[in-house]
Amino acid sequence: MLLPLAYLVIRAAEADPAQLASLIFRTRNLVLLHNTVLLTIGVVAATTVLAVPLAWLVVRTDIPARRAITLLSVLPLSVPGYVMAFALLGLGGNYGFMARVFNISLPRPSGYWGALVALSLYCFPYVFLNVRASLSGLDASLEESARSMGHGPARVVLRVILPHLRPALFSGWLIVAIYVLGDFGAIALMRYEVFSYAIYSQYAGAFDRVYAAWLSLMLLALALIPVVMEGRLLARARFARTGTGVARRIRRTALGVWRLPALLFVALAFAASIGLPFGMLGYWLSLSSPWAELPRVARAFLFSAGAAAPAAMAAVFIAVPLAYLRVRYPSALSRATERIVYVGYALPPLALALAMVFFSLRAARPLYQSLPLLVAAYVISFLALATGPIRAALLQAPRRLEEAARSLGLSPLAAFVRTVVPLLRRGMLASMVLVFVITMKELPITFLLAPTGYTTLSVAVFSRTSEALLAEAAPYAAAIVLFSSLFVGLLLRYEGRGE
Amino acid sequence: MHVLEVKLVTKRFSDQGRPAVDAVSFRVEPGEIFGLLGPSGCGKTTTLRIIAGFERPDGGIVAIRGHNVTGLPPEKRKVGFVFQDYALFPHLSVIRNVMFAMRSVVAAQREQYARGFLCMVGLTDVDHRMPDQLSGGQQQRVALARALAAQPQLLLMDEPFSNLDAGLRDVTRREIRSLLKAQGLNAILVTHDQEEALSFCDRLAVMNQGRIEQVGTPEEVYHHPGTPFVAQFLGRANLLSGTANGASAHTELGEIAIRPRVSGQVLLSLRPEHLSLVATETAEGAGEITAREFRGHDVTYRVQYGGKAYIAHTEYTHSFFPGQLVHLVPREPAVVLRNTSAPLQTEETNSDQN
Repeated sequence: MLLPLAYLVIRAAEADPAQLASLIFRTRNLVLLHNTVLLTIGVVAATTVLAVPLAWLVVRTDIPARRAITLLSVLPLSVPGYVMAFALLGLGGNYGFMARVFNISLPRPSGYWGALVALSLYCFPYVFLNVRASLSGLDASLEESARSMGHGPARVVLRVILPHLRPALFSGWLIVAIYVLGDFGAIALMRYEVFSYAIYSQYAGAFDRVYAAWLSLMLLALALIPVVMEGRLLARARFARTGTGVARRIRRTALGVWRLPALLFVALAFAASIGLPFGMLGYWLSLSSPWAELPRVARAFLFSAGAAAPAAMAAVFIAVPLAYLRVRYPSALSRATERIVYVGYALPPLALALAMVFFSLRAARPLYQSLPLLVAAYVISFLALATGPIRAALLQAPRRLEEAARSLGLSPLAAFVRTVVPLLRRGMLASMVLVFVITMKELPITFLLAPTGYTTLSVAVFSRTSEALLAEAAPYAAAIVLFSSLFVGLLLRYEGRGE
Repeated sequence: MHVLEVKLVTKRFSDQGRPAVDAVSFRVEPGEIFGLLGPSGCGKTTTLRIIAGFERPDGGIVAIRGHNVTGLPPEKRKVGFVFQDYALFPHLSVIRNVMFAMRSVVAAQREQYARGFLCMVGLTDVDHRMPDQLSGGQQQRVALARALAAQPQLLLMDEPFSNLDAGLRDVTRREIRSLLKAQGLNAILVTHDQEEALSFCDRLAVMNQGRIEQVGTPEEVYHHPGTPFVAQFLGRANLLSGTANGASAHTELGEIAIRPRVSGQVLLSLRPEHLSLVATETAEGAGEITAREFRGHDVTYRVQYGGKAYIAHTEYTHSFFPGQLVHLVPREPAVVLRNTSAPLQTEETNSDQN
């Protein structure tokens, strides 16, 4: 994994000193930095404003249809950022939905606000899930004891609930930040000049690969900031966690007159995050019959699956021993391995893909634009996702089970296979499905590394949308959204078990 | 030949600080149920895990039936282990959990054998349930049946009764003891419950801070505690110092009988039930009752004697009340303690274990 990154550095170092200075100290870099940071902060803020009230309403109030609201709050995860951008783009413009149906010519959303809306609508479920879990895990007696000490409800929120939510908010924000920094599809479609967009245009258009390498390194440095913060946070999270089971459920607040405004807020949020993409997909699909396109959609689906399936299997195959070492033999080495895996997840996919390109061109020419290289990049990027469920399953398989098996006469390997593996099966399956579905909708890595002619669903959506062929993109986007809904179902099931 | 010999076993978990297990030595004789008793963190479980082979000692020897097994992995030792939380395989049914242990039995006969072992521990009709469908007591029995099914030379039990509720604990303990005795099995029980150790074991070792303080039969360690720690860990004890002169010693309670015969400065232990109260009118050399607890079968009094508090259990027929002046009269000789380990801070520590 470190090898391709080394090639990124080598490539970047090829610039001669004068060129180097002009590359690094371009004012354009500052603009990119400014835009990237601005977008990240904007999306983090917007997702918080959307997600925290939703989570609070679902967990702590008597709002009706809580289960449905929960489901709908997570569903946007099945609409990747570039599909959300596709929907937004389809809304405005001279030939857009509003113009054709209502005869209102809206400007096409683009730039900062377009990117912000598209990414926020896709990302807010990450914050929602974290805050919801944290809110429902809050011990009622904490609040009650604060009340009994004479603190009013507002002070309880400020002094007890918010500090308790802080770790959840932070980890939600980190996921969002990592995603925004790495996102490429929505940003490219909205033509907003951030690092990943600049990397792409340098690589694809200007062919200035040295500059592209430098931009990648800058983005990488930026993406490492949240990772380091996460490390700090993990260290502190241990103190934040309370003892065993929660004694009592929290009493729900009666909304009273606030019921209607609350429902209105919920309805608005869902109209934007779900109604918009699904409605637009439906509209474009209805414009031109998708059936003629179906064989090609099926082909693209098979291409996507053909790369995603080996990636999922390889990721799980690597994740099991890593997680086992980490859980059973915690050491500096196993901790470091875990951090590296995590860094792989935080790597901006475009930077990773570029590194893989340089690596294969220099050191492994036959691998360039080959399926194995694509799969390897997927694995590096999503290995961290695979370790999660496996680690959770391993933690539920206590060491005593292996010890019991060994005291009954089994060798270490036999004990592992016969006592731990059966318990890991579910976790392994979950990991595999998780990586598979995420890989199915992955765009930047696929875009750069897929063999020529290997047009997956995500690449098809992106290339058609970027050429404003919205109706042509719709069937591919619909396929992704339908398939990704599986992922949401899986996520909710996992969540449900955690409670 | 000893079933088990543990010789000078030492285990250190971190470089600094005292070892978790410090030069521990003891032997288990054939047919014996041996106990390792001590407060939490005294190293008893670590000792047991070293015997099982789950931990490697830093020094010392573990020998089973005369064979040095110190370097052997757990699967080569033929030692059964019953875990505190039972460690049943959650993915296997009860019968398969037990069959798991039968490596040397022909596959076709395993199920029948497993039924036999389940019967032996008093379990029928649960063969095909999953472990999470069993009560705590049933899980405990399955764990025992599984350990026995491997035909171990020695059965190790790590606080096996601590997860059962009080009523069930007594019954299970009795049944398992008679089962082990009927099968002639050797077992080592680790526990922090002194009553459990005294009633379950043929002999026991009292451990404190990684060391063995005393080894003996339950009667020996209870009636003749060797150290202040043992005296106080196995029930309540009044500790008093005095100057010994052969068969008696001069103490705050006056001249009292001691055993064994010694001379010089001594530390003595007197069980509360070995003290009786005698009413007196004169405050000179007398104590004052500060508290009275009625406990059904007897009454516990606290007596302030000089600057020190003593505890006495008396029969229910006597009635004294706080504020009364009394003399404390020992009914048995006080036991002379080896003053090797530091006495506990007050006589109250560990006195209310049950």
